[in-house]
Amino acid sequence: MNWPALIVFIALFVFVTGLGFAAARWRAGDLTQLHEWGLGGRRFGTWVTWFLMGGDLYTAYTFIAIPALVYGAGALGFFAVPYTIMIYPFLYLIFPRLWSLAHKHGYVTSSDVVLGLYGNKWLALAVGVTGLVATMPYIALQLVGMQVVIGAMGVSGEGWIGDLPLIIAFVILAAFTYTSGLRAPAMIAVVKDVLIYVVVIAVTIFVPLKLGGFAPIFAAVPVAKLTLAAPVGDTYGAYSIYSTLALGSALALFLYPHSLTAILSSSSPGAIRRNAAFLPAYSLVLGLLALLGFMAVAMHVGTDPAYAEGFKTYGNNFAVPALILSVFPGWFAGIAFAAIAIGALVPSAIMSIACANIVSRNIYRGFIKPHATNAEESQVAKIASMVVKLGALVFIIFVPVPYALQFQLLGGLWMIQVLPSVIMGLYLRMLSGWALLGGWAVGTATGTWMASLTSFKAAVYTVTVLGVSFPGYIALWSLIANIVVSVVLSLLLKPFVTAAPILAE
Amino acid sequence: MASQTGTEPKRHWIRVLFILPFISMLWVSSYNRLTPELFGFPFYYWYQLAWVILSAVIAGIVYKVEH
Repeated sequence: MNWPALIVFIALFVFVTGLGFAAARWRAGDLTQLHEWGLGGRRFGTWVTWFLMGGDLYTAYTFIAIPALVYGAGALGFFAVPYTIMIYPFLYLIFPRLWSLAHKHGYVTSSDVVLGLYGNKWLALAVGVTGLVATMPYIALQLVGMQVVIGAMGVSGEGWIGDLPLIIAFVILAAFTYTSGLRAPAMIAVVKDVLIYVVVIAVTIFVPLKLGGFAPIFAAVPVAKLTLAAPVGDTYGAYSIYSTLALGSALALFLYPHSLTAILSSSSPGAIRRNAAFLPAYSLVLGLLALLGFMAVAMHVGTDPAYAEGFKTYGNNFAVPALILSVFPGWFAGIAFAAIAIGALVPSAIMSIACANIVSRNIYRGFIKPHATNAEESQVAKIASMVVKLGALVFIIFVPVPYALQFQLLGGLWMIQVLPSVIMGLYLRMLSGWALLGGWAVGTATGTWMASLTSFKAAVYTVTVLGVSFPGYIALWSLIANIVVSVVLSLLLKPFVTAAPILAE
Repeated sequence: MASQTGTEPKRHWIRVLFILPFISMLWVSSYNRLTPELFGFPFYYWYQLAWVILSAVIAGIVYKVEH
């Protein structure tokens, strides 16, 4: 047991718990209204939005998994950098428009937007359910991040005792989300970010100092892993894999309910646009974090008997904790691990709130009790946020981690399928709700089928056009099928369907 | 709606700058190499990190021009 790390860890955890409950009184609003509980009253300015979105998009799982991928696979893992570069033009160009539409009509979720645009409640349900199904495994993976750092401090046990720290952390999370809503993660995100920045800066200064600069770090990595394998013959090989992974991930990101929750909670389109310029600061941190994978290689943590047990239990996900333990004294490791664990709390809270908004607004009010009062709606959301988190907890305790990863992979492929419904409708009048539902079904089926060909282990499918192969991210290929079907069906259905009023105009 | 709410800025041609990060990042073969190095970083790594900063600068420029 690493006591200094554990004590610092617990102290920081207690601190953010207090903050989570205190957040209910921050810029106080009537928490019996869904837009107050679930969107923080749409009052977050540029800076709070910056922290909230940063806490939302750069999660504990990212901090563990991206360096782990770089540690294991090398250059391919760096795709997270072009991915996060390409999200910001979308954020600047498209999402202020969505914000304005949502603000004008009181929309809380993307299903609301779709219902408003096309008046088709089945399409709205499909969009909502896709969001729920894609987000649940994402929350579960945040717990994986938390599990790894708790394990790294030497806390372990047999059976349910081993899961106890995770259960305690989640009960705390559920409690403050219930009472404070979106205000809690917004406030905690500030602490999380400060801690993450401190840790990343410390590591990127300390490790190169210890090893004599960055050159020895890269020199410790086999040359073949430092760049992508150049394609040979009639294929784009690793190049098309790298670029489609980055582009597909960028297109999917802001469709996730939790991203939209963060966007809609900001106070103005200007706050969103300013964030397109400020948020890349996180991408820089993410890029440096990715390089922690190479630092772990250079520090030979993989062959150190002290960490053999950790690597055996957690695989390459143990690379970052092992690096931190090998470089820093216990108390600082405690800060680093707390940063990662708090980095799990923030997105988990936002994700469960986003799911809860969908359940209460689009399923409860949309299908079960259309005349529910605002207070009832908000109450259903609070309970739903508990159920969603409980589901994630059960998921991670009883389902083996590789399955959670497969669900997460599928979640990404499914999430991108709502793009034509949510985004294209903001610009095109010609699309009809039923056609988009058809496109969504075809895209989802295509993506799932392509993934099944890899036994749900990889996200890559090879498309061959005129004898040239393009191995690439399944999400992107299935999205193309989706868009083609949506557009063609819209044209075919046009004579039979009266165009829905486009509220965006 | 743009003119009604006053929240949409005037759209300026400067927005075409946003195409640059896409061209540079999707053109993988242009940066998939080790040299020239910078501060010990192989080209592949420092080039992509540099684009993080450039894309933030682009967003900043577009914002300044439009507001």
